[in-house]
Amino acid sequence: MRGMTGYYFRLALRSLRRNPLLTALMVLAIGFGVAASMTTYAVFRAVSGNPLPDKSAQLFVPQIDNWGPASRKSGGDIPDSLSYTDAMALMRAHQAKRQTAIYPVSYTVVPGAGSQPFTVNGYATYTDFFPMFDVPFRYGNGWASEHDTQRANVIVISSQLNQSLFGGTNSVGHTLNLDGHDYLVVGVTADWNPQPRFYDVNNNRSFADAPDFYLPFTRAVDMQSATTGNNNCFGSTGRAPGWDSWLHSECDWVSLWLELPNAAAVTHYKSYLEGYVAEQTRGGRFRWTGGAQLFDLVGWLDHEQVVPPETRVSMMVALGFLLVCLVNTVGLLLAKFMRRAGEIGVRRALGASRRQIYVQFLIEAWAIGVAGGLLGLLLTGVGVFGIGLVFEPAIARLAQVNLTLVGLTLLVSMAATVVAALYPTWRAAHVQPAWQLKSN
Amino acid sequence: MSMHIQPILAALRRHKAGTVLIALQIALTLAIVCNAMFIIQQRLAHLSEPTGVDEANLLVIPNQWAGHMSPEQADAQVRTDLVALRQLPSVSDASPSDAYPLSGGGWDNFIMRKPEQLTPTTDASIYLGDEHMLDTLGVKLIAGRNFNAAEVVYMAPRQVVIPSVVIVTKALADHLYPDGSALGKPIYAMSTTPTVIVGIVERLQRQGVSQWNKAYAYESLLWPARQDATGVYYIVHAKPGQLADAMREVPRALYAQNRLRIIDPDDGGSYVQIRKRIYDSDRGMAILLAIISAVLLAITAAGIVGLTSFWVGQRRKQIGVRRALGATRGDILSYFLTENLLIGIGGVAVGVVLAIAINLWMVTQFEMARLSLIYVGIGVIALLALGQGAVLAPAIRASKVSPVEATRSV
Repeated sequence: MRGMTGYYFRLALRSLRRNPLLTALMVLAIGFGVAASMTTYAVFRAVSGNPLPDKSAQLFVPQIDNWGPASRKSGGDIPDSLSYTDAMALMRAHQAKRQTAIYPVSYTVVPGAGSQPFTVNGYATYTDFFPMFDVPFRYGNGWASEHDTQRANVIVISSQLNQSLFGGTNSVGHTLNLDGHDYLVVGVTADWNPQPRFYDVNNNRSFADAPDFYLPFTRAVDMQSATTGNNNCFGSTGRAPGWDSWLHSECDWVSLWLELPNAAAVTHYKSYLEGYVAEQTRGGRFRWTGGAQLFDLVGWLDHEQVVPPETRVSMMVALGFLLVCLVNTVGLLLAKFMRRAGEIGVRRALGASRRQIYVQFLIEAWAIGVAGGLLGLLLTGVGVFGIGLVFEPAIARLAQVNLTLVGLTLLVSMAATVVAALYPTWRAAHVQPAWQLKSN
Repeated sequence: MSMHIQPILAALRRHKAGTVLIALQIALTLAIVCNAMFIIQQRLAHLSEPTGVDEANLLVIPNQWAGHMSPEQADAQVRTDLVALRQLPSVSDASPSDAYPLSGGGWDNFIMRKPEQLTPTTDASIYLGDEHMLDTLGVKLIAGRNFNAAEVVYMAPRQVVIPSVVIVTKALADHLYPDGSALGKPIYAMSTTPTVIVGIVERLQRQGVSQWNKAYAYESLLWPARQDATGVYYIVHAKPGQLADAMREVPRALYAQNRLRIIDPDDGGSYVQIRKRIYDSDRGMAILLAIISAVLLAITAAGIVGLTSFWVGQRRKQIGVRRALGATRGDILSYFLTENLLIGIGGVAVGVVLAIAINLWMVTQFEMARLSLIYVGIGVIALLALGQGAVLAPAIRASKVSPVEATRSV
């Protein structure tokens, strides 16, 4: 059989050389179709991936409808962040294994004389943030939970900020001045920037650069550091001037994440959350009932439509394109195979089985698939390189040619071509030898 | 012509697979290209929407204060900066603001006509500025008056200050008071304190142009106020033709005033830069779809050439017989053209249904607009013409088959 395969392969090459134009056309069609699909898929995979596959099933986001049905008369959903009041109530209740309130903040660093000041972006969180999200550390650790309650001046910085401020050395125990206030460095994270940034997708930062620092939420609130993310308010009530009035308003700007390790914990939290909302209704704060939701991480990314519509549409157009290329290839292969009806008739009459005809023509198709795959690989490389022209840079740079993509490109083109060859091969195998010989 | 259709249909029945494949390819191509063209047109229309400001001469400087500065110190510095900016030789005017059109996002408020109203009437993008703001932006005042210096208030961080007067865009005025009586009327911006419309400008685009903003396109308001939380945008109007000079002079002048500031290179800039940033994905999408459509049409055409050439090759003997029986070259040519036209019509018929189905599905999935039938029409004509063009070369080759072929075996 091995010898036969080699023979069929030589036959295939000879046949392909006989109609170089037709062969080139098929290879081009497969190559372009596969390249378009793979390029757009590389982007899609980068933006739609699970940022924390080992942990995502245990991470949850609660939503509370603190504006009521009146806010949705002209469409829309319940707010995608929490008011400070609700976030703090849920933090205090401590009904999950771990929990952290989060909001984005930004400060400025004024280095020594001669260098320009610069902005640093980070998050105000609780210490549970680090174990919940499996944040890796290069030096030190997250702060102690007492630091949260003591509203302490501690900070965890990224390895990048550590590099630019402390030359990459262990800076734990050093102080860092942000906007004129000193913070004690307690930890330096290793490179950590899950994509999409699931814990801050409601602020258009899903695909941003790694944050520079994390500091206690309680401290940031004491510093009156405003959120650099969205601050959504509804209605005209509760907007008295001043920081404290803002904290206690119904404006929504805090994200809350929970770690619920098993189904029992999820059920427990759901009933707690419903109880909390019912209590707000009883107390007169909400003039409506219900309106609590709990999303898991993957469900949350889906709810927030993290994958840009451009990415989805492009991938679908590209898949449609591949489909047309395949239909095209079926037609051309059919023409190519049926033109050799006479040859098939002779081979069948001389004792070749249908199976052997199948093998011969599928090998020929496979050879086209390999050539198309190689061309597709080349074009995918060009495509991924040029993707920056099409998608916003933050997303484009996520798409990379790696071994998986190379393997997938070759696999898809070979599989696609063999699938395209099934019908033409079936037709070829069912050529009636007697009829062919007679007509000659 | 009609005489030829019967035998063509009979012949096509013998090539069912090939006929179906070409028709299917035409149908899929039509469906994809129609939708792609429609999306391209929508994106291009989106990115060519005017902002209403004098884009050619505008410069936006995102200014953030470094280190610790009290709000009062920052406001004093803003006023000093503005005096310096307005004195620059390349600058004709400047105003502080909280945002700029096409910045991507920023402050917007629900707007009510009555203080006690529960459901908002609409939503407006908010631009703060002093009495220089209108001239700086270069927006056209079509009714009422500009702010005067005495009306400009200072908004300290977290102070809920509602200025007594407001200038609104015509779009916002028409939405609030469709009878055209907006001037002089009060509006309520998430507050029970009224703000009275003293001026109406022709056009001022919102900060954001994303999907949710579309319902409120061009609905913006201007308040006479300076606000400085951690930074401010300086909107600078360069003297005609001196934008490049202003882009050099302005940062230099600002740093000379005070070095403790950060000007983010990835924000603001000239309107060429601002437009590029905000419409990046729209332009990219249009380019990508245009490339895919072009290659798709080329591949479909090539496929038709390939299959028709095969059919011609297969039927040389029959063509020879017809020629021997008196058919002219024109008859043979028109046979293949008609055959292709019939397949093409079958293909586009399926394609039109497919194109509309895909669009309807995308409408539900991506909040896209309904496909305009003009695009389907253009697509149908384009694909039929493409088919006829593609079949021309093999058909001409067929018409050159000599009657002698009839006598040859195979």
